[in-house]
Parts: sequence; C-alpha cells; structure tokens
Amino acid sequence: MGAYYLRLALRALRNSPVLTALMVLALAVGIGASMTMLTVLHVLSGDPLPGRSAHLYYPQVDPRPLARGSNGNPEPPGLLTYIDAENLLHQGKATRAAVMYQGGDVVQPPAGSALHPFVVNSRLTGRDFFSMFEVPFHYGAPWSAADDAGAAHVAVISRSLDRKLFGGADSVGRMLGFGGHSFRIVGVLAHWRPVPRFYDLNASRFGQIEDVFIPFNTARALNLGVNGTTNCYGQTTGNLDTSPCGYIQMWVQLDSRRAAAAYRRFLADYSAQQHAAGRFQRQPNVRLDDLMQWLAYNHVVPEDVRMQAWLALGFLLVCVVNTVGLLLAKFLRRSGEIGVRRALGASRRAIFAQLLIEAGMIGAAGALLGLLLTWLGLWAVRQQPSDYASLAHLQPAMLVATLALALLASLVAGLLPAWRACLIAPALQLKSS
Amino acid sequence: MAIRPIIASLSRHRIAALLIVFEIALAFAIVSNAVFLIRERLQRMDIVSGVADHQLVQVQMAYIGNEPDAEARAQVDIAALRQIPGVRDVALINQLPFADRSSNGGIKLGPRQRWNTVHVAEYFGQNIISTLGLRLIAGRKFSPGEYLGFGAVVRALHSDNQKELPHIVIVTEALAERLWPGQPALGKTFYMGNGIQFRVIGVITNLLRPEVPSIGADYSILLPIRISLQQAAGYIIRCAPQDRERVLKAAVATLKRIDPNRVLLKHRTFEQIRHAYFQNDRAMAGILVGVIAALLLTTAFGIAGLASFWVQQRTRQIGVRRALGARRVDILRYFQTENFLLATAGIALGCAAAIGINVWLMAHYAVPRLPIIYLPIGAVTLWLLGQLAVLGPALRAARVAPTTAMRAA
Repeated sequence: MGAYYLRLALRALRNSPVLTALMVLALAVGIGASMTMLTVLHVLSGDPLPGRSAHLYYPQVDPRPLARGSNGNPEPPGLLTYIDAENLLHQGKATRAAVMYQGGDVVQPPAGSALHPFVVNSRLTGRDFFSMFEVPFHYGAPWSAADDAGAAHVAVISRSLDRKLFGGADSVGRMLGFGGHSFRIVGVLAHWRPVPRFYDLNASRFGQIEDVFIPFNTARALNLGVNGTTNCYGQTTGNLDTSPCGYIQMWVQLDSRRAAAAYRRFLADYSAQQHAAGRFQRQPNVRLDDLMQWLAYNHVVPEDVRMQAWLALGFLLVCVVNTVGLLLAKFLRRSGEIGVRRALGASRRAIFAQLLIEAGMIGAAGALLGLLLTWLGLWAVRQQPSDYASLAHLQPAMLVATLALALLASLVAGLLPAWRACLIAPALQLKSS
Repeated sequence: MAIRPIIASLSRHRIAALLIVFEIALAFAIVSNAVFLIRERLQRMDIVSGVADHQLVQVQMAYIGNEPDAEARAQVDIAALRQIPGVRDVALINQLPFADRSSNGGIKLGPRQRWNTVHVAEYFGQNIISTLGLRLIAGRKFSPGEYLGFGAVVRALHSDNQKELPHIVIVTEALAERLWPGQPALGKTFYMGNGIQFRVIGVITNLLRPEVPSIGADYSILLPIRISLQQAAGYIIRCAPQDRERVLKAAVATLKRIDPNRVLLKHRTFEQIRHAYFQNDRAMAGILVGVIAALLLTTAFGIAGLASFWVQQRTRQIGVRRALGARRVDILRYFQTENFLLATAGIALGCAAAIGINVWLMAHYAVPRLPIIYLPIGAVTLWLLGQLAVLGPALRAARVAPTTAMRAA
C-alpha cells in the first residue's frame, strides 16, 4: 500500500511541478534559515567542559565602598582584588583552586630565528588551572607546586606558539623570551579550544586560548601587566596589588553539593570578617555560581544571536503557513480525482494517508534542500567578522534535527489540507465532472 | 464595487481565507519589527564621533620591557612623523572613539558631594584638539606650558600633592549642558578623585566616549597631561583623506627606522576602527534585510498560489458573471478587492502581533518601543505586495470567456 501511495504522490507532484517546486523551496528556505541560526545558538550555548562543569565554581565577594545611590549594581563585582584572591586561595577549602588574569607581552624569538618580535596574550595562573580544566598536553606537563610557591621562571606554551617558534619540536627545557624576561618551557599544550572561553569572560569570549602560561606568583613578582579589565573602586596606591582594584578571576573545584555549600559559607564568613576588620564597607555580599550558571549570569550568548534565532523561527512559521495554504490549494484542485478514488472504494483514512505521504515527500525534498541551505548559511556566518564566526559548523545532532524538523513541518502543514480533502463527497465530484 | 458578494464567497472558503489573513498578519508583524531594528542599527552606525573621521590614522607600537626615556623618545618620534609629506598634525593620545581602550572617571559638582554626578571619558595627550580636528566653541586650548608629565601626575596623585596635579580642563558642550544647564561653562569648577578641583577653560562641540554608552555618549573631558607611547593608543596622525594609506606606510617605516626593536601592534585608518566597531550591527542589519526579502517573497508566492487556485475553482462562476454582462475589468476588480479585504484583515491582526512582538523584545532585549509610523509603512508594503501577487491570477480570471459557463454546464 505504502509503495502505491508513494507512486501516486510522485505522479501528483510531477503533475504540478511549479507549485511543488514553490512548496519545496519555501520549506527549504525556512528550514535553512532556522537551522543556521539554531546551530549558531547551539554552538554558543554549549557546555565547554561536559561532565566537569557542575563541579567548577566562580567565587565572588564584594569589597566595594557603600552603594552609590540606587543605580549601582547590587551584585558583587566579577573580578577579585589581589588581597581577596590570595586570601580565598589560601583559606578556602576546595579540591583544586586557581587564580588568574590575562596579560600580554612581546615574545622575543630565539637567537638565529628569522622572526620579528611579536605580541601574544598570556594567562597568569596556578598549576591547578591545567588539571581542573583537564587541559591536554602535547609535550611535558604543568609546572610543579614548588614552581608556584617559589615564583619560578617557567612557562607552558600553546601548540601554535611552539610551531611558530620551534617548528613544532618538543621545546620542553628550552627558553622563552617573553616580556623582557626569560622562562624555561616545561610544557606544550595540545589543541584546546573551550567554547565559550569560560574561564575569563572579560576578554574575547569565543576566541582562542592564550599562547603563554606563567605561574601567577611569578607574574606578580615580575609585575607583568594586565591585558584586560581592571576596575578600581577607590584611591589607588600606585601598586596594583595593594590598590582596591579587581583584576583577577578565580575558579575552584568543589566535588559535592555539601562542599559547595561549605565554600559559600566560607565566602560569607570571610566577608563578615573583612567587614569587621573594616576592609569591606558592605555587609557580606557573595556569589558562588557553577560554570553554566556563570555563563548564563554573564549573558555569554550574544543578544543578536538569540534575536536571530527567534527571527528565523518566525520565518519558518510563515513558511509553514504558506505551505499549508499551497497544499490546500493543491489537494482541493484534485477534488475530482479524489472523488473517483472514493467512489471506487478508497476509505477516508486511505485518502488521508496518501495525501500525508505526499506532504511528507515535499518535506523530504525540503529537508534535503534545507540541509544544503543550512550548510550555505553556516558558511555565510563563518564569513562574518564576529569572534564566534569560525565556530559555526554543522554538527551531527543538528543535522538529524534539521531533517526531523523539515519532515515534522511538512506533516503538520499537511494535516489540515489532507483532512479537508478527505471530507470531499464522492458523489458531488463525480456529478460535477 | 460591492463588498457583500465577496464576503459571501470568502465565507465559503473560510480555511483558505483565514490562512491568507494569518500569513499576511505574520509577515506584517515580523517585517515591521525587522525594518525598525534595521533602522535602529543604521542610526547607531551614523553617530557623530566629533573627530575628523576621514583624516586620521593610528600607529600603535610596543616596547619590549620598560622604556626608560619614554617621554624624550616620544618627542623624537613626533618630530620625525611631522616631517612626512602630507602630515598635518601628530599626537600621542590615550584613547580614541570606537577604539579598544578607555579611561573614565566620575565628576562631583561639590568637594564634599558623596556620589558622582556623572561619569566621563578622560582624554589626555598633547595637541589633541588640532590633531583630532575638534571644534573649540568657547574659551581656549591648553598652552604648551600647562601640560604635566604622566609620570609626575601619577606620583603627585599617590602623594596627594595638589600642586603637581592638573587643575584645568576642557569639556564637551553636551557635558557642560548636563552639569550646568543653560549657563556658560567657562570658569565653572568640578571635582574628581580625592577632591581635586578642575576649572573649565574651554568647551568643544563634541567628542564621543570610546565605548559609546547609550546615555551620555559624548560626556568627555580633555586634561593637560603629556603621555608617552606606553600610555597611548599610539600615534594619531592627521592628513588629507587621499594621503592616508601613503602616510600610514611612511609612518610605520619612520618609527621602525628610529627604533627597530619596537613591535608594530596596529596601523590603521580611523575609518577602519569605526568600521570594525560596528561590524556586528552591520552584519545584523544585513541578515534582517535578507530575512525581510525572503519573507515577502514567500508571502507573495503563497498569496499567488491560493489566488490561482480560487480562480481555477471559480472558472464557471466567472463565466456565468461574464455571460450575465460583467466586464473583464469587473472580474479583475473583484479579485483585487477580495485580496485588499484579506490583506486589510491580516494587517489589522498583524498590528496587534507587531506590537506584541515589540513589547516582548523590549522586555528581553535592549530594543526601544516601535514608533507607530512603522505600522502604516508595513501596511502599505503588504497591501502593495498582495495586489502584486494577485495580479497574475486576477488577469487570468478576467480572460475567462463568457462561453465557459455554457460549455461546462
């Protein structure tokens, strides 16, 4: 029976090629537009560390002076001062913890290299950064706890910097000239691109990771500058680390809800203690978001991308309504044929099934063409200048979703016309033709 | 044209009629909001920077490690850059509109005022007014002797040495109007930081803040502070628009020659900076235009498809009407009026939807209220679109011969 309906549907579609092409095209354009935008949305709102993100937390305390009237943000600032970062790092109980900031400086290529000096970004952090975020190493390993404590002149570099400076060879043990200082390379990272670049949302949110990683203590001892946001709440002292200036991000790993609750209590107790000592003017005001909460709190997915996704869905709705109208016209136009089939004994159910199969075939054609358009649309998105542009690729899950959406849309669009068409009274049609 | 028979006929095709109404309503709601969003983006991109947009280029360099005699070096660089043919002015400025760094501060009107009245962007560097092409409308510029070195100012700030700090300032017209509405700003004073007093000695027309906030985008001040390359957004050079590319190349070569150990970070025209700042707005506007076009096209095809189905279904009725004396133009008008009625119903429904979408957008995104003028614009667009889409089928209907009625019967 199914095969017969398929043949019937094919013949019907061939009989009105222009109308069929219009329906397929409209559906495909709607599918293409919405799947392009939904893919971008999906990529940008993904979990950068699946499986681990629920255990990673971002602590915040509030060292600001008293509120500035009603227009001040009641939430604690997103960056820690040096004093708070050090205190939290040493007093808090977490499985792992790392403080960090972004710097940027000039790389001095090794002697004999044809390269000119160039500027790269650096992440100045602790060794737990690598284990906590499961950062993969190509050569070597993170620096040691002793390196952290002793502010050793050691560095981990990215794979791309290793390629640029050393032709991709194992550079562990070699020296890196950076910011006018010399660092012993202890590790080279394998390719790592968390999306979004969650650990520091002040810098490029969907960009590449930094090229140089240096222990936080070393960076502070050498006074390597901040290449990012610095927010000062009061009179600076001329020394960043004693000024009321937030510039540090901190991440802690807490393996259970209990540990997280305990850490939140610790943040409140710490704030109360600082308040009692007169360092904090405000009552304890803390936050401890896990990774996904932190991304949502910071509105990581650009507003434009969300708006585009809604726009595309609205467009798909118009395309579906349009298909409903055209299918209705197409089915009712064949009232005579349907009347004959009914008169020859086809049940309403059979007519309904046949017409739905016809709608489904339009959906299948629309899906294939829509897939092509999605692929084209994503290509177009990749040509845009945004920092997330290069991430817009078709993913297997979205591919399946595209096909399913197209089929579903066409079937939904077919329901009303098919129902309307199988109400046709056979006798009336036979008489009039 | 009698409307009653049209409505009677439509009520026999309720589903198809409702579909068209619904489709037009959706298209109307989406298109009027999308057009408004495009307009918004274009307006944002049109903002006046206050500087000579087409005459500026930027060259940013970095030293490896700290530079000891930075201020002297800067003077050597500037003198050399001035020698390049076509260069009108050169300055080291800490920031530029649309560029990626900004220095901001709060202003208080009284020394003991608790909260800041307003936040402003602080521009410093020598020779800003002539290099950026700002227009002084009252008072005077800073004289060369009034500038203080950046390092000295920072030291004075930390030792709270009021004598070594600057106490004069040039403000934008918009800021002056905000602080002292309707009064001349010259000679007025305000306070920044730990009660440091500033007296206004000049007023310029306009100068955007680097990050362009939505409120007070041109609340900027100029301070008489001399900076070196390390604090600057680079050398800002002013030249004739047609000379920019050549001057940019020559400037890079000159700076490299003076000190080959410096790293070139950026060299670009101000127009490129501005272009890059609005790249997302431009992309969004482009996407919106694409969606509107596709949407209107789809709607037109939908209307045409249903209309031609109706014409086909009613061939016999049309034949009867023609046989009873209706002229071709009557048939044509019939279908055009019918489409007009459907479009009107769709637009009425769409108005409600458009306002609903706008209210939802306002609640969730930074989108302002949809001005009422967009509704008639959208309405006219969809009326025209409907008429255009129905024209083909209607003409076909008008060609139906009166004899059709008899032949079929």
